[in-house]
Amino acid sequence: MYAQMIKSTGKGVKSLDEMDPQERAFQERIDAGGKIEPKDWMPEGYRKNLIRQIGQHAHSEIVGQLPEGNWITRAPTLERKAILLAKVQDEAGHGLYLYCAAETLGVTRDQMTRDLLSGKMKYSSIFNYPTLTWADMGAVGWLVDGAAIMNQVPLQRTSYGPYARAMVRICKEESFHQRQGYDIMMKMAKGTPAQRKMAQDALNRFWYPSLMMFGPSDKESVHSAQSMAWKIKMNTNDELRQKFVDQTVPQAEYLGLTVPDEHLKWNEEKGGYDFSEPDWEEFFDVLKGNGPCNTERLEARNKAWDNGRWVREGLLAHAAKKRIAKLAAE
Amino acid sequence: MSSPESSPYRETHAEKHGKARATEWPLWEIFIRGQHGLSHRHVGSLHAADAEMAIKNARDVYTRRNEGVSIWAIPAEAIAASSPEDKGPMYDPANDKVYRHPTFFDIPDEVGAM
Ligand SMILES: [Fe+2]
Ligand SMILES: [Fe+2]
Ligand SMILES: [Fe+2]
Repeated sequence: MYAQMIKSTGKGVKSLDEMDPQERAFQERIDAGGKIEPKDWMPEGYRKNLIRQIGQHAHSEIVGQLPEGNWITRAPTLERKAILLAKVQDEAGHGLYLYCAAETLGVTRDQMTRDLLSGKMKYSSIFNYPTLTWADMGAVGWLVDGAAIMNQVPLQRTSYGPYARAMVRICKEESFHQRQGYDIMMKMAKGTPAQRKMAQDALNRFWYPSLMMFGPSDKESVHSAQSMAWKIKMNTNDELRQKFVDQTVPQAEYLGLTVPDEHLKWNEEKGGYDFSEPDWEEFFDVLKGNGPCNTERLEARNKAWDNGRWVREGLLAHAAKKRIAKLAAE
Repeated sequence: MSSPESSPYRETHAEKHGKARATEWPLWEIFIRGQHGLSHRHVGSLHAADAEMAIKNARDVYTRRNEGVSIWAIPAEAIAASSPEDKGPMYDPANDKVYRHPTFFDIPDEVGAM
């Protein structure tokens, strides 16, 4: 998802009896559906895991602005341009809500930014793919935001209060994102043959990377088991992927587009589609930094940070000067 | 910078900051009053160089969809917060004064609405 391959302590989930009284009380509170707030006691692993997960989620929102930002100046109409601008601005907001949730865990914004810029912290694999045509704006909203929603809706119930509250705000805004994307797809799919072709091509390129967003199967993963016990992960990757496919295939059919999977078939027994797995080697390769746009994305973020430095410092100096002048006048 | 709600683990575990630290703008907690005349409500935090900028940023970050008609920005470090360990002594005394709740008193139906 927006946070992929988050590693926990790796020790496996302790039973209540193995926990000391403090940790046991913490776990029982989570089991009972209670929320953990920043000043409450929490196991070090819970705190560290959450910083990684929320931080990675925040970085994804921020880097995720780049592939769509790519088309703002080339949107086909003024209205589409205004819509895309508003959508991308929302993503900046999502990043900010999440950074401020992560900051309550005792990490600073600058630290997270530095870890993103140095490549130490990751962002979702999906944003390392290029957006080649206007139809990609449709595919991204429809599929990428659609997959994000699948993951974010259950996270509104996550155990960490500030994270859950950030998710509530985000989810309120996401459905606009997905609908504006689908709206672009409808226009393209029902347009000229060239537009249709573009729409199909966008679906072809974004289908498997979207499935990858959920991460590889984690049925057996101790990291996921721990995260689920802590309720910072609410579903397995496979559950969410299945849900996404089941929801999306009929939407593709409505558009008259073909999902690029010859094995895609309705399975009456399980009440869902059978479908092909994405290429997990490609996924790991993209995570390692070898996707088509990894270098470009990190360069863009580093450039923005470096070029913005004089502004950050200048405004801080200006604020200090004003403060001193005010004190002197008093 | 951290919010009044920040984890107490900060000092002990956070990495020491290099020069990036010097440019981090102060943290502000943002409170917004919605359309319907209710009290300002905490919505989150943001970084800004000064109060004016905190309010401008709050408009962009927290009121993109008419969520509010009034914004308060308060330096996070100016907020005092109770701590969870005080929960017992702080709130227990409220529990043994059940007569503060109207349902404590049985009023006969004949009396009508009260
Ligand atoms: Fe988002
Ligand atoms: Fe997104
Ligand atoms: Fe979105």
